[in-house]
Amino acid sequence: MSFFFEVLIGGLLSGVMYSLVALGFVLIYKASGVFNFAQGAMVFFAAMTFVGLNEAGLGFWLAFVVTTGVMVVGALLTERIVLRPLVNQPQITLFMATIGLTFFLEGLTQMIWGSTPLGLELGIQDQPLDWLMDKTGINVSQFDLFAAAVAGILVAVLAVFFQKTRIGRALRAVADDHQAALSIGIPLQQIWGIVWATAGFVALVSGLMWGARNGVQFALTFTALKALPVLILGGFESVPGAIVGGLIVGASEKLAEVYVGPMVGGGIESWVAYVIALLFLLVRPEGLFGEKHIDRV
Amino acid sequence: MLYREAGQFKTAYATDQQIFPIRQDRVAVIAVVAFAFLVVPVIGNQYWLSAILIPFLIFSLAALGLNILTGYAGQLSLGTAAFMAVGAFAAYNFVLRVPGIPLLVAFALAGGCAALVGIVFGLPSLRIKGFYLAVATLAAQFFIVWALVRFPWFSNYSSSGVITAQQMKIFGVAFDTPLEKYLLVLSIVSLMALAAKNMVRSEVGRAWMAVRDMDVAAEVIGIRIMYTKLTAFAVSSFYCGVAGALFAYAYLGTVEPEAFTLDLSFRILFMVIIGGMGSVLGSFLGAGFIVMLPIVLNISIPALNRLLYALVQWSLPASITSNLELMVFGGLIIFFLIVEPHGLARLWQIGKEKLRLWPFPH
Repeated sequence: MSFFFEVLIGGLLSGVMYSLVALGFVLIYKASGVFNFAQGAMVFFAAMTFVGLNEAGLGFWLAFVVTTGVMVVGALLTERIVLRPLVNQPQITLFMATIGLTFFLEGLTQMIWGSTPLGLELGIQDQPLDWLMDKTGINVSQFDLFAAAVAGILVAVLAVFFQKTRIGRALRAVADDHQAALSIGIPLQQIWGIVWATAGFVALVSGLMWGARNGVQFALTFTALKALPVLILGGFESVPGAIVGGLIVGASEKLAEVYVGPMVGGGIESWVAYVIALLFLLVRPEGLFGEKHIDRV
Repeated sequence: MLYREAGQFKTAYATDQQIFPIRQDRVAVIAVVAFAFLVVPVIGNQYWLSAILIPFLIFSLAALGLNILTGYAGQLSLGTAAFMAVGAFAAYNFVLRVPGIPLLVAFALAGGCAALVGIVFGLPSLRIKGFYLAVATLAAQFFIVWALVRFPWFSNYSSSGVITAQQMKIFGVAFDTPLEKYLLVLSIVSLMALAAKNMVRSEVGRAWMAVRDMDVAAEVIGIRIMYTKLTAFAVSSFYCGVAGALFAYAYLGTVEPEAFTLDLSFRILFMVIIGGMGSVLGSFLGAGFIVMLPIVLNISIPALNRLLYALVQWSLPASITSNLELMVFGGLIIFFLIVEPHGLARLWQIGKEKLRLWPFPH
């Protein structure tokens, strides 16, 4: 039984890591209706920039601040160069533009920082908690707990930002109805810039977490593929959905890997999350927390 | 002046129902096909045929398949490469396990297998829409590639799942040289493109477009949603399956499941978007663009680099130029989307409008 709980807790905690990436998708989709495939490339870019600056001699916090600045500038440029000319285009066109952006960012990152994997040390060991191990025999990694705490703080901050601040209210207004928001004088483009910058910051945090866990390398771009099932499971427009979806996907993925995997010969982690998400979607087509879609003729 | 349909009277139902009702279109299509069949074999060399024209035609066919699904029926799919993989492996197994099966029959059956798989993975589309569906089709992408690697029966127990396509023989005639392969691919692709052009203006094609434009309204006027969406998935996957079979047999020769990655799906989606959604011509233009672009970049960037060296005695290292190619590729795609979001086919349409008045605008 303790093995079951160990797998379950490990899955839930790794699900939090998925949630972190999914959060970046949700922010942008919520405010601008753009399905930003470049989120994975942004994670890669942010992590590489941070590590590169850190190795160049900047301290941890200085590198963090500078990278945040780079992400903000990148977000504003993206808004100005890519999004603004594509206003009012069909969603699929914007989606393809973000795939173009993915190629661009991948090329840019590797051009500046090279393509060798870099290590990243956050000072948190990936070791089991001793006292929990002694008491219950369940193996829970310190690092996973730390990542979960970071994700929790990030979500709390974002929730306060969305609910309590002036910009947050404007953001929700834009998400609700672009034209109505424009007509009462909310600067749409400024809001989009802010959202992309926030998503860039979220990308940096998730890049640090994933990078410390798996190394800062090109494979970070694939975190986007891990986040997509989380996204459809929780609903594109919902921040809590990203968290809950991440937990469900993480837990069921690990459980399936351990209990179902051996039956079919293993290697199922590439698709099992998608199938789980698909099963949920058959019951709730707009995800668990997504906005209910009403069809009008 | 050149492109004007005035004076072309229809005096019989047959002329009214032609696939290309305007004479200039008819002449242009016949000229292009004749050029491809008669002139290209004479002027094309080995490299052009096997490295550019054959993949161009095969990708056009795959893009056409995806265009039927996404451009005409409005169902976004990211699993195109997986359906191509089904076609490739099905064709291999039919030829391998059914002795004496005619090659074209094997290709058609391979397309049929892909269509069946397409119907299965199209079922969620009855309930899920838009990007939710797109992400759901990723399940097809990952699951099918996994299954092809996992169960060695599909690749006849070869090591690491690689299959080597058998020799192509039709009525005892072998298709071995690039030229012969080119002609075979060209024949199949032009026939299927003509069929697609005919299909999209038929009842089923118009039902697809009605569902694309507004599925609730389509349902209200009596279009069967389930039948329409699933036929779109089936026909689209059939096209992709045949394209996959040709990809293995006429282009690569040896192929493994990992060749059909998500990247390939995205490339085909690019072809559809850049070429123009809901346009048969657009599939060809988009495929040409996406096939040619990396080749052009591959040639032009080193050339510019040499020029740079000649000018300032300094050039970019190789690691930078390869990444620069990636950046330019991404940047050009964004550029094209901004300049013409409706695709290259729309440019062609605008050109035709201009030609209608040219050279006397008033």
